This record gives sequence, structure tokens and C-alpha cells, in this order.
Amino acid sequence: MSSDRHEKLHPHDDAVQRHGLIGKRIPLIDAMRKSTGQALYTDDLAPNACLVGKILRSPHPHAKILAIDTSAALAMPGVHAVLTGREAPNSFGVLPVSQDETALAVDKAIFIGDGVAAVAADDEETALAALRAIRVDYEPLRAFLDLQDSLEEVPEELRLHKKTVGGTNIHKEVRQNFGDVDGEFERALWKKRMSFRFPGIQHAFTEPLVVIAHYDADERMTVWSAQQVPHYLHRALAKVLEMPMHRIRVIRPTVGGGFGGKSDPFPHEMVAALLSRKCRRPVRILFDREEVFYNNHGRHPSKIEVGLAIGHDKKVAALDIDALIDGGAWGSFGVVTTYYNGVLANGPYRVNNFRYRGRRVYSNRPASGAMRGHGAVNTRFAYEVLLDEAAHDLGFDPAQFRIDNALPAYTKTINEFRITTNGIVECIERACAMAKWKDKHGKLPFGRGIGIAGGFYISGSALPIHWDGIPQSTVHLKADFDGGITIHSLAAEIGQGSDTMLAQITADVLGVPIGQCRVYSDSTDTAPIDLGSYSSRVTFMAGNAVRRAAEEMRSLVIGGAADLTGYPPELFVLEDAHAINATNREVRVPFVEALRRAMKDRGALQTSGCYSSPPPMGGSHKGAAAGLSPTYSFQAFVVEVEVDLMTGKPKVQEVWAAHDCGRALNPLAVEAQIEGCVHMGLGQALCESFDYNKGNVENPNFLDYRMLSSTETPDIHAILVETYDPEGPFGAKECGEGPLLPALPAVANALFDAIGIRFYEMPITADKIWRALQKQKKSAAKAAAQGASR
Amino acid sequence: MTSASMTSSDESALPTSSDARPEKRVLHLRVNGSDHVVAARPYALLLDVLREDLALVGTKRGCDMGTCGCCNVLIDGKSVMSCLVLAHEASGKNIETIEGLAFEGAELHPLSAAWAECGGSQCGFCTPGFIVTCHELLAEEQAPSRQRIAEAISGNVCRCTGYKKILDAVEVAAARMRAAPRHETDARSAAL
Repeated sequence: MSSDRHEKLHPHDDAVQRHGLIGKRIPLIDAMRKSTGQALYTDDLAPNACLVGKILRSPHPHAKILAIDTSAALAMPGVHAVLTGREAPNSFGVLPVSQDETALAVDKAIFIGDGVAAVAADDEETALAALRAIRVDYEPLRAFLDLQDSLEEVPEELRLHKKTVGGTNIHKEVRQNFGDVDGEFERALWKKRMSFRFPGIQHAFTEPLVVIAHYDADERMTVWSAQQVPHYLHRALAKVLEMPMHRIRVIRPTVGGGFGGKSDPFPHEMVAALLSRKCRRPVRILFDREEVFYNNHGRHPSKIEVGLAIGHDKKVAALDIDALIDGGAWGSFGVVTTYYNGVLANGPYRVNNFRYRGRRVYSNRPASGAMRGHGAVNTRFAYEVLLDEAAHDLGFDPAQFRIDNALPAYTKTINEFRITTNGIVECIERACAMAKWKDKHGKLPFGRGIGIAGGFYISGSALPIHWDGIPQSTVHLKADFDGGITIHSLAAEIGQGSDTMLAQITADVLGVPIGQCRVYSDSTDTAPIDLGSYSSRVTFMAGNAVRRAAEEMRSLVIGGAADLTGYPPELFVLEDAHAINATNREVRVPFVEALRRAMKDRGALQTSGCYSSPPPMGGSHKGAAAGLSPTYSFQAFVVEVEVDLMTGKPKVQEVWAAHDCGRALNPLAVEAQIEGCVHMGLGQALCESFDYNKGNVENPNFLDYRMLSSTETPDIHAILVETYDPEGPFGAKECGEGPLLPALPAVANALFDAIGIRFYEMPITADKIWRALQKQKKSAAKAAAQGASR
Repeated sequence: MTSASMTSSDESALPTSSDARPEKRVLHLRVNGSDHVVAARPYALLLDVLREDLALVGTKRGCDMGTCGCCNVLIDGKSVMSCLVLAHEASGKNIETIEGLAFEGAELHPLSAAWAECGGSQCGFCTPGFIVTCHELLAEEQAPSRQRIAEAISGNVCRCTGYKKILDAVEVAAARMRAAPRHETDARSAAL
């Protein structure tokens, strides 16, 4: 990062202080379309001529495929194409190191629901009838359905994939060690080791997974898909279809929620494309809700052991983490998840001695992958609960204890993360002040309690998945005769407001109303590469890219105004849709006139801006790149709960959620992200659980997969903490994932304050609380009886 | 995942070829004040007919089993999940979808306007269903409390917002509708 950029984005800089669109509450630019039913999602585009694609799925968790007979299906009237795995054996996967998925199972099926064959037919009923006509001979194999089983060394035939660790079904094992963890545990003032259990959970976006593919008369493939990362899908399609990327176009229509669940390239996307190529007709594959539950890659079921040692200086002395996570059938983002479960515990508190072992196993269950707060959520829970126990046992105030341990701004962590701005202390202080922490903690009646927890998250991964030197974000701008500014980007709008962010920054820099900008972020044909919407990278990276493109555009337009007026360009600013001479504000040229003058002899103005993370800034140890980010977000939540002592039912009353977002470019959108994060985090804490029985998902629907409803969601107070990141666009950093992290442990810590009981297993449901209360009563009665008999 | 896609046996009671299916029957539907004639099989769902036959794709398919509310429409003023209604059952009734409710003539309806302004939508997939539900609510109650609004929308799933800005939007819309009363109910009965 050059020093001049540092200065340019300093909080006292003009760009931060001046009155533009930055920092204004702006409704999302697609809000009207969405509130009138006019936003078009993938399934809304399905032309009537679309064939219906359906996938035949394995009823076995683990089975060899001996033979598949598709002849009867193919012979049925109305069936246009049938596909089996052997026809498309090229593997793919989101990470270059885990290319372990195929369009359909080739030699064996590895989870219930694994695709085995597919058909394209005139309508759904014909397609389903065709699936029933396909004969598959399976030879069931031993299924790996428990974390522990996957650690065993097994013969090759029982391994789920070729690349595993030491002949087991372990997908990835990582170790890191800094300082003297064992020594610190020996010397500690306070120490504890605990094992924590987390079931898998699901993104549960409302729009099911859906894809339309059309291999057209020009032998070009167009794929419309509900995707967070069109670019990775583009790459995977090229590999599986063996087509050059330039003959493939990926279109991302309006997306009905992602949360990480639409960030992998998926088998059904490959299948739709392959089916379409076989019959040269558009094919749509729309999942029902059950198929979504089996196919999308939720948060890893995990067993995490955490040891925490507190030194005599009342500081965290050592942190020792051992995470065993269930990756299910495929690699997905799992190598990253394996690291994140450990490395992201190096904030927001100083840890000088840190040890981590992470293991991700393959199992015969649906794959796990990236989900909001990727890899950091479960370990965060364990760590923050133990911190709370330490504070309680040692008689410290848990809020002050966290402040005393907070990392400062502009420092390095023991694993060499570069910390820049850091609002953790302000987050804790403001959340506590609003919640009246001091009046409540330890002082509420039995059954009511208040708890606190912190959080720490990346703002985009500093190192891209593909090491090919291409910028992580590029944005193109075009301004033409009509005065409109067209923004081309592949940052994926998935409801978080990325299109609005692009338009807002452009409009701010060019001094035009936001409505003068139009965002085209849906097609790989027209948009420059952007790595898409995951790892909380969009505002930081695409925001910087669009700002640079807009600044270049500003120079060109000002050049037009200078030509027209004869004043030197450096005197002009763009404001109120005019180029204005700042030294003599009566010299004003309408934006459109300046633009048209600048177009003379060259036509439409086009500019480009891009973003690449600063050159390597991490350490040289193994896994040093994992968790590296150009900046980090910080957060602290205070949660108040009430437990119904008769039934054990917990009710979260209020949440004060403070988040350091660097700068709130659009406070309405930042609050919205925080509120959504809190809701999702509380769901994992209180009710969400992806339940299996012998490889079957027991609750693959919205009735049995419980989420918090409108009446169960508490009042959420989003508190925006601004620390003005020196490298973020106008000082901004992420706000879409970090604010989920403190929700889970803050609930557990509040429950302890309410009833004096710790919970180490998610979700914390009424029945668990009720049982714990009964046990508490019994031991109290026993203690009383013993006391009396003495 | 339908059970049919999970097995290669012939146990399913579903017809195995198109010949065995019950024939399509003529169906008269009144949607957003317009009359439509379509041919639909007896088991066709209202949701499918709205989306596939009438191209009214504002009504969303979220779960197909009455658990998310994304497909809510008004039938004679009551909000119902159109994935749980047979199209033929809705014949002769007054059906309103988001396309008909979002605008009153050229004017944006206060609910849709407030939704956009207050940040009621993020991904927006659930929005049409929510707005339909809230049309029913505000036709019945002019000044519902936040608790009452939360109860009214408790059958609708939103995974993005945490519901806060949805409650804000309904409150704002209700206040504006009280300030400038309209005659929705009358207009609706006149349309019948």
C-alpha cells in the first residue's frame, strides 16, 4: 500500500468530511423493484420453452454404482436428454486444492441425495416418470456418519476421495503453534479446557437453488443461476464442459438470499448445462426445499475443544484450540474453514501464546461449506464463553475484562495479522452504556440475565483463491451522451446492497444524483472480473475499485468543463450535477454539457478502476495466508434474556449490537446487515439445527428446521462504530458477517447471568434449559439436606 | 426432494406417463381485476397457474409446502398461501397478487413505498408475500401495534432483515394511510 493512498483516505481528508452521498441513509436502489414484485429472479425468467431438468438421487449414503440403465427413460415420449456421471467426469470445486465434485456421481454415490443421473423432459411429471424408469445397481458400502469414524485408517475403497490424510477420511489437517502454550497453562492463574458441540446449520435463504442453461444456435452456453460468485461458476463450467470461457456466459439474475450458500459452483449447474448441450434446448432445474437442504453447503457440524489460560496479570495467557469439523461429502471451501476455526480467534483480544489443531473430515452426509461468519462462529462461541467463566471465577466484570485484553489499533497479532483501525473498546463501551450494563449485570432477579461477547472478522481475504495476479475487483464505468453513468461490475448483488454501494460511490464522486447511475452487475459477458460476494469483501474491494474508476471519470468530465470555460481543470469540483469552479462558483457547467464536451473526438467516456490487496503482509509460517485481510471488523454485543422457569423457554428481550464498520457509507444498509446477522446468530444459538439420522436429513423443511419468527425476534439496537479505515473506500470495512459472531456467546453468557448455568452445546433449547434447571434444583436440595444432617 | 427422485422403484402412485394424467379443464380466474381463461389439470396449484400460465411471477415459490409465505396472495381479501390452494378452488373468486396491489393506478401503494424507504427488503424474495399479508392486516386494522404486526406476519419467513425494518415499514405505511384514508375495501367490493 503506497503511503499516498494512506493520506488520501485519512478521516480528516476532504473526501471524508465533505457533504456528498457518503454516510447518507439511502434506500437500496433495487428496493422499488422488490417491493412491487418487479425484481426478476432466476425462476421468473424461465421461458415456456424451457425443459424441466430433474436429478435422480442416491438413496444410499455410500454405495458403488455398478450399472445404470437409462434406456427406458430415454425412450419415453417427452424426454429429450438423459445424463449420467461418466459422460462428464471432469471434477470441479470452488478451491483449486479441492477439485473433488463432479456433475453427477461417477463410480460411487457418497451421500443420500448425491446426483446419479439426470433427465430433461417436457414437463415435471414426465421428468419424474423418466427418473423412475432409470435402473441403478448399487453396492452399498460402509457409511461414515460420525466424526470419529472418519478418523480411522480405511482401505482405499472406503475413502470418499483420492486425496485424504494418511489413508483416513480426514480431508485436511492443520497445526499452528506460537509461543509456549503448555508453559503458560502450568503458570496460569486460571485455566479451563472444555469441549463444545455444534450441529450443522443451514443458510435457509428463501429463494431455492435454481438454474437455467441454454446451449444456443451459436454454440454458446448461457447459464442463469442464483449465484454469489458468477466468476467461480464460469471457471467451473469451462472445466466441466471443456469449453473456452469466452463461449460461456454466466448471468446472475436477482438473487433471493445467499449467506454463503450460493457461493460454490454446484453440480446442478453443470447438469443443466450438460443436458442443454445434449438437446440444444433451454433446461431449467429448480430445487424444491428438500433438495436445497440436501445440496447446499451449510455450517460445519463441529466438535471444538478449547483451553484458555489467564495469567497473573489478569490477561489472556494462552489459547489452545482443537477443532474437528464435519465436511460431509465434498471439499467445498473446507480447507479455508479448517484454518478459520483457529486463526480467527486471534482477535479482538491479545493472545501471545496460541496453539491450534484443525481437522476437517469427509463423511457420507451433505457437504458443509461457507456460511455467514465462515469458520469463525463456533470457535468464537467457545472462546467467549470461557472468557466469561474466567471473569466470573476471578471476580472481574466481563465487559471490563474484555477491554483489558483488547488488541490495540495498528498492531500485529501473534500469527501476524496486520491490524489497522480497531473499534473493539468503543463497541464494548457503547453497547454497555446503551444496555445499562452496570445496573444490570449480576443484579437482575433469578431467571433474567444480561451477557456480553465480542467478535472479530475479516474484511475480504487478502489472498485470492486463484493466484493468477488478476485484481480481486475491477469496475468499468461508461458515461455517454444521455448523461447516465453505467457501472459494470461482477460484484454480486444478493440483497446486501452491493449495487447500491457501487452507485452511491460513483454518484458521490461525480456529484450527480444516484438515479443517474445504473448498475449492470449480472453478466460475465459485460462485467470485468470480480471475485463476488463472499468473505465480506465487496464494500472494501469493489468499493475501492469503483471509487478509482469514478475518480478517473471525474477528471475526464472536469477536462470537458475546463475546455468549455477556459479555466484550468484543477479549479473544478463536481457537485449538484455541475462542474463548478471552486474559486468562482458562478462558473458552472452542467454535468451533461461537460461530459459531452469531453466526448468530443473520442465518444463515450470509459474508465476502469481495480483493487488488489496490498503486497504480502502476513508471516511465513504454514497457513499464514489464512485469515489475512487488508482490514478487520470488530464487534461487541450485549444481550438480555429471560427464562421461563416453569418450561425452560428462553426469550431474548433485547440486543445491543455494536459493530466497527470503519465507516457507514449507508447507515440504513449497515443497520440492516447488523440486524440480519443478529437474527441469524440468535437462531443458531436458540433453535437451528440440521438433524441427521443415518445420513438422512430429518428436518429438510421450514417447519422442522426451526428459525426465529417475527414474534420471537427481539428488539435489535444496531450501534454503528466508525473508525475510518485508512485503506477502505471512504474509510469503510465489512458489516455483513462479523456482526453474527457475538450473538451466540452473548446469549449463553446472558443465560448464565440469568440462571447460573453454562451451556456448551448448540442450540440452547427450552428442553436443555429445563433439564439443567431440574438438575440445579436437585443438587441444591441435596446440598441443603446434607447441610441439615451435619 | 420428491420421493420419486430418490428411488428407482415403481412404488409411487403418480401416473407414469402423460397419457394416464387427468385432462386439463377450463378454468376462469379473476386476477387483479382481469378475467383469464386457462386450461389446468385438476391438481394444478394456484401458485403454478399464476406463475406459469399467467406470467405473474411476482408471487414467489419458496417452499411448496405452506411454510414460508413467499407465495401469499389475497383471495377475496384474505391472504392465503397459493401453494396450498388448487387453482380450480379459486375459480370465481377475486384474486389479488403483488402486481395488482403494488400500484393504485399510477400511484405506488403506501405499503410498497414504505417498504422500499424503510429497508423492508434486502434480497426481496419474501417481500411480495409479506406485502400481501400486510394488505390484509391494514384493511382490517388501521393502527396495529408493533406486536400485532409481528403476529400478523409470523407466517412469513424473512431470512435477511431480522424483521425490524419490516415492522418499521408497516408502521410508516399505516400512519400514512390513516393520514390520507383510501377506500380499498370499497374498491375491492366494487370490483367483485
